[in-house]
Amino acid sequence: MAKSTVIPFGPQHPVLPEPVHLDLVLEDEKVVEAIPRLGFVHRGLEKLVEKKDYNQYVFITERICGICSFGHSYGYSQCVEHLMDIEIPPRAEYLRGIWHELSRIHSHLLWLGLAADSFGYENLFMQCWKIRERVLDIFEKTTGGRVILSACNVGGTLYDISDEELAGISNTLDIVRDEYSHITGAFLKDNSVRSRLVDVGYLSKQQALDLSIVGPFARASNVNNDVRCLGIGAYGELAEFEPIMSEGGDCFARVEVRAKEVFQSIDIVKELIDKIPAGEIFVKPKGSPAEGAEASMRLEQPRGECYYYARGNGTKFLDRFRIRTPTSINIAGMVTALKGCELADVPMIILTIDPCISCTER
Amino acid sequence: MGSFKLGGISLKGMFSKPATKMYPTVVPEYFDRTAGHVENTDIKGCIMCGICSKRCPTSCITVDKDSGVWSINPFDCVSCGSCVRECPKDCLVMFNVYTAPATSKEPVVVKKPELTPEEKAAKAKADAEKAERIKAAKEAAAKKAAEKAQQDGE
Repeated sequence: MAKSTVIPFGPQHPVLPEPVHLDLVLEDEKVVEAIPRLGFVHRGLEKLVEKKDYNQYVFITERICGICSFGHSYGYSQCVEHLMDIEIPPRAEYLRGIWHELSRIHSHLLWLGLAADSFGYENLFMQCWKIRERVLDIFEKTTGGRVILSACNVGGTLYDISDEELAGISNTLDIVRDEYSHITGAFLKDNSVRSRLVDVGYLSKQQALDLSIVGPFARASNVNNDVRCLGIGAYGELAEFEPIMSEGGDCFARVEVRAKEVFQSIDIVKELIDKIPAGEIFVKPKGSPAEGAEASMRLEQPRGECYYYARGNGTKFLDRFRIRTPTSINIAGMVTALKGCELADVPMIILTIDPCISCTER
Repeated sequence: MGSFKLGGISLKGMFSKPATKMYPTVVPEYFDRTAGHVENTDIKGCIMCGICSKRCPTSCITVDKDSGVWSINPFDCVSCGSCVRECPKDCLVMFNVYTAPATSKEPVVVKKPELTPEEKAAKAKADAEKAERIKAAKEAAAKKAAEKAQQDGE
């Protein structure tokens, strides 16, 4: 029997955009166990609800993570609106939906670029990020920020998008779709990419169900837990929504799901632009959350289901605010997928779950 | 299946303009809504209410009503625009140009200008009128309370 060796992996590693440490127990080149360690970027953001009122706190939720920035402000605002029984104007719901789906496009394109970089496809990496710039320009034009948008607040949205700008977004997305369709072939049909990804880091459907995996990671193992299917907010107005699924369960299936979700998000944004109603975008919230009132909300972030919980105490400061992020659940799946893989495949498997450590540690 | 899936794009890239701009030789054009930095452009109209300071999530704005000083630390500001939205007199403006780099985090201080003799006289007159109104209102309230007490006694 081979002798076990422990190889430390991370928190600084070329393939990791954010810090996570893994102790990889190896037998020869094979990983028999992976022990994760977190806590390198904990900032105590949930505790800040005691110092910042519920309107100011939305700008802190945006800073939980740079990539799912809009999603966090969206989920938090929905949760507090639920807590205070505020009904926001329909146009605001649509605008939130548009920005959220654009965030998903930019998040997936960023991730696809990182994935391309990790399997040594530098050109593809640059092409993905080049297309992503178009989405960031839409953000900057409509909200003033490229990554941190500061566009969502309790009671609606802070910016409106004119009809001309909406038509411009629709045209830009046509260009994005055209450019992106040229590079998806490299992800899904290239021999060298397939040989790097197929049958690597397999997670069965049963394992995904047992570990409650969420997001594209679960959908790649044919488990549908897409929160968008519940039809919360603008998603309820879509004519039809069928999540992208795959039965592969390996790294290639995860790349495939995310690559196809970009097209799906473009379709959703275009549909919302076509259907957006006219009217107000913001209702000023009155009063404070009632003492003992509790509310929770679920939102499909680019990485999966994110759960928000808030409790009021009768003042403008929340008593408790909690976020359960998708990566904190998916880490269990990552550790399972790592078992039995080759050492050289470890970076690829870690990357394909799309870990967001800043979200997880907050 | 196959290889060289990006062959066409790569060849096209060789004969087209670069996608990036040669900063700082080429200065990027910002959008109208770009959240750059906040300035108090109308310090004369500013009533020093301090709402901007209270709403600011990073507490980067300080307002001193007594000395008439409004200051902002642009390096603490996150350009969320809360102050601009909440200002009752629309004195604050978000400009679409970012704060220039600096070697120290110095705040930008704006002071209310000294009043001209005419403005001072007008202000003194307005203050006197206001004090008179308050006095009259207090007297009326006291009179009303006395009458009510008398009625209750009867």
